[in-house]
Amino acid sequence: MTMPLMKPRRKNPVLRTRQMNLPPFARGRTALGMTAAAAEGRFELQVCGRCRAVQYPPRDACHRCLSPRLKWTPQDGRGELLSETVLHHSNDPFYRERLPWRLGLVKLDAGPVVIVHLHGDLPSPVPRSGGHVPPPVRVHVGARLDRAGAAVLIGFPPEESEHMADDRMLREMTSDPKYRKILVTDGKSEVGQAIVKALVKAGADIVWVGHAEPWKKLPGFDDITELPQVTLVPLDVTNGRSVTELAGEIGGKVDIVVNTAEIHRTYGIAARRGTDVARHEMDVNYFGLLRLAQEFGPALKARSADGVTHAAAWVNLLSIYALANYPPHGTFSASKAAAHSLAQCLRAEMRPAGIRVINVFPGPIEDEWNQNLPPPKVAPAALATAIVKALKEGIEDVYPGDVAQEWLERWRENPKVLERELSSGT
Amino acid sequence: MRRLPYEGVAVAVPVTVPYRRYSTHGAHWFVGAAMDALVERSGIQKDRIDGLTVSSFSLVPDTAVGVTQHLGVSPRWLDHIPTGGASGVMALRRAARAVQAGDADIVACIGADANHVESFRLMLGGFSHFARDASYPYGSGGPNSIFAFITAHYMRTYGATREDFGRICVAQRANALRNPNALFKVPLTMAQYLDARPIADPIHLFDCVMPCAGADAFLVMREERARDLGLPHVLVRGAIERHNAYADDPVLLRGGWLVDRDDLYAQAGVRPADIDFVQTYDDYPVVVMLQFEDLGFCEKGEAKEFVRTRTLTHDGEFPNNTSGGQLSAGQAGCAGGFLGMVEAIRQLSGEAGERAVKDARLGLVSGFGMVTYDRCLCTGAVILERASR
Repeated sequence: MTMPLMKPRRKNPVLRTRQMNLPPFARGRTALGMTAAAAEGRFELQVCGRCRAVQYPPRDACHRCLSPRLKWTPQDGRGELLSETVLHHSNDPFYRERLPWRLGLVKLDAGPVVIVHLHGDLPSPVPRSGGHVPPPVRVHVGARLDRAGAAVLIGFPPEESEHMADDRMLREMTSDPKYRKILVTDGKSEVGQAIVKALVKAGADIVWVGHAEPWKKLPGFDDITELPQVTLVPLDVTNGRSVTELAGEIGGKVDIVVNTAEIHRTYGIAARRGTDVARHEMDVNYFGLLRLAQEFGPALKARSADGVTHAAAWVNLLSIYALANYPPHGTFSASKAAAHSLAQCLRAEMRPAGIRVINVFPGPIEDEWNQNLPPPKVAPAALATAIVKALKEGIEDVYPGDVAQEWLERWRENPKVLERELSSGT
Repeated sequence: MRRLPYEGVAVAVPVTVPYRRYSTHGAHWFVGAAMDALVERSGIQKDRIDGLTVSSFSLVPDTAVGVTQHLGVSPRWLDHIPTGGASGVMALRRAARAVQAGDADIVACIGADANHVESFRLMLGGFSHFARDASYPYGSGGPNSIFAFITAHYMRTYGATREDFGRICVAQRANALRNPNALFKVPLTMAQYLDARPIADPIHLFDCVMPCAGADAFLVMREERARDLGLPHVLVRGAIERHNAYADDPVLLRGGWLVDRDDLYAQAGVRPADIDFVQTYDDYPVVVMLQFEDLGFCEKGEAKEFVRTRTLTHDGEFPNNTSGGQLSAGQAGCAGGFLGMVEAIRQLSGEAGERAVKDARLGLVSGFGMVTYDRCLCTGAVILERASR
């Protein structure tokens, strides 16, 4: 069984902070299909549209019937561990710094043989010298993004155990909040409060909670401030100096940034006069992210290999409206689309350091500004749970809730059809 | 249709450009040095060598084509066979057919590689599409991790132990001590073998080959031509190759030799017991065991008893890798694919010096190459016979 992770001791400030060396991230275009699925938390392999043969490694022609119609399809990942090795030598700096490293060879029940990173709780199928031959070992294979943001396969024990997330290899793949120091940029909103509570529950060491308007008392906020892990910090993302000052104070300690600061107003173009509201939305939702990223981004990158609680992730609260404009919330949609585009840029710039950028695309949230929308709506607590899950499981794009899932599907099927449907209010 | 025999084909002039761990020279330098040695040792003018096949991983972006201009040769038959450990056997097979058909009179077969300090590491990540996508990102152990899986599974399935693998490695080191070109020059004991540091369990240091710079080469021509030129030579009695055999086996426990071995021995009109020595491909000792089994020297899974009951040195009952093999001579020239071939030619043409196998008449050379994902894809073997004097 995995030993529970112990809270790391204070780091020695005299030593140089270790810099990140990414694991090998080159992949062919076809193989990136596995990364696309893993980014949303799914394990998919190509399945032949003609003969149903499951393919691995990813390829361009069916190994059985030569059909080029290979479709990425979810897999249950069940299989048998045929062999294992523990590497004591590696040709790559990332692994050299993390030896010994355990690997497995798994025959999936679906057919292919896959090489996996092997969880420490799985027994070995290989006899020790002179010993008896161990029984076959069942495995559950899943896909995860590694520190370079590329999908890798991992062999898990079929049964979950209490501390399995603390596995040394797994901890390298994920951004688990346990013992991490986290900045939630706006902890006052219902969503912000729910996220703070969920992060504390997930074992965060410190949660810095930004509050922009100290005079404003919101229901429930006192409960948050009483949590021993929580420290309130002044932060107004529309004010460059405020962001710079906070980064100067805590930037060198933050492991995860969760950007919940958003302003949400209804209406589109014709229902309002002037640009003040739209400008405010952009100032918080788009420029706020830009200001935060410029100040906190470099600090996170510098600490991305700093021990077991290294800087790990950046979470953006976007909206499913970022994919396609929802005219009744038209300017809000536009600001989230801008933020989404910027978040893609941030992801590209954070990747060389191994910092995961997680984009969250909820449908309408159960809050005051969606009051007039009919259900289903995402409860703030459910949204918070989805974010913690994404951090724990190395997911990069999160679409929490039924509405978001349905929009995503419609958008993927045909964005033009979705645009037309939205414009006619369906 | 039955395949045509390899009748009347001679193999001659085995040359080696001395191995060195690292060299600042590029692959073209080693190809050129090998060609120079072929010309020098054979006395054949460069212009009369009208066939060329080159095996190399480090010529990139050149292939054999670029070599022709580089060396100023104008062959009428050209091949490029960068298939690693199978390249020697494959080069010989193709060259043999070329001279039989009259497409070429004299074919130079060259396996050559540079080795700079960074070469091996740089090659691994981009070795194949599948390696890039599905094996190298997993610990980046290169072939060590793949053969660790295979070795561990072999041990689990057939009960072989590290001592069994050690017998192969220790015997090859003894052979290497009589090979002036071998890079390893001190004896290896079983205790040292077992105590070596782990690399990728169950593979330890002395199970791994050492990549190095160097080249091996030989000439292929018709038997009469070799006789006319007064060149010591050997004859090709049979040859096979096979790629991606047993693709449905979840782990490599048998190689393509098994598919074609009956054909091989039938071509030669001999049985495994008639073979006087073998040059197996030895990137890892488990692979040597697979060849003992798949080429018919013992049953599947019984190589462990086979190595326990036979001496594998050049003067033993079952001489294997009499040059020391890659494990003790070094892995040069397209993953060592030519090492066994030049050694077999030397053994059968009286050039093996103090490691000669006594009264050797028939030798078998086996090749194994190209780990693109979870196994080696290319297998091949050739039976050579001493030419009657």
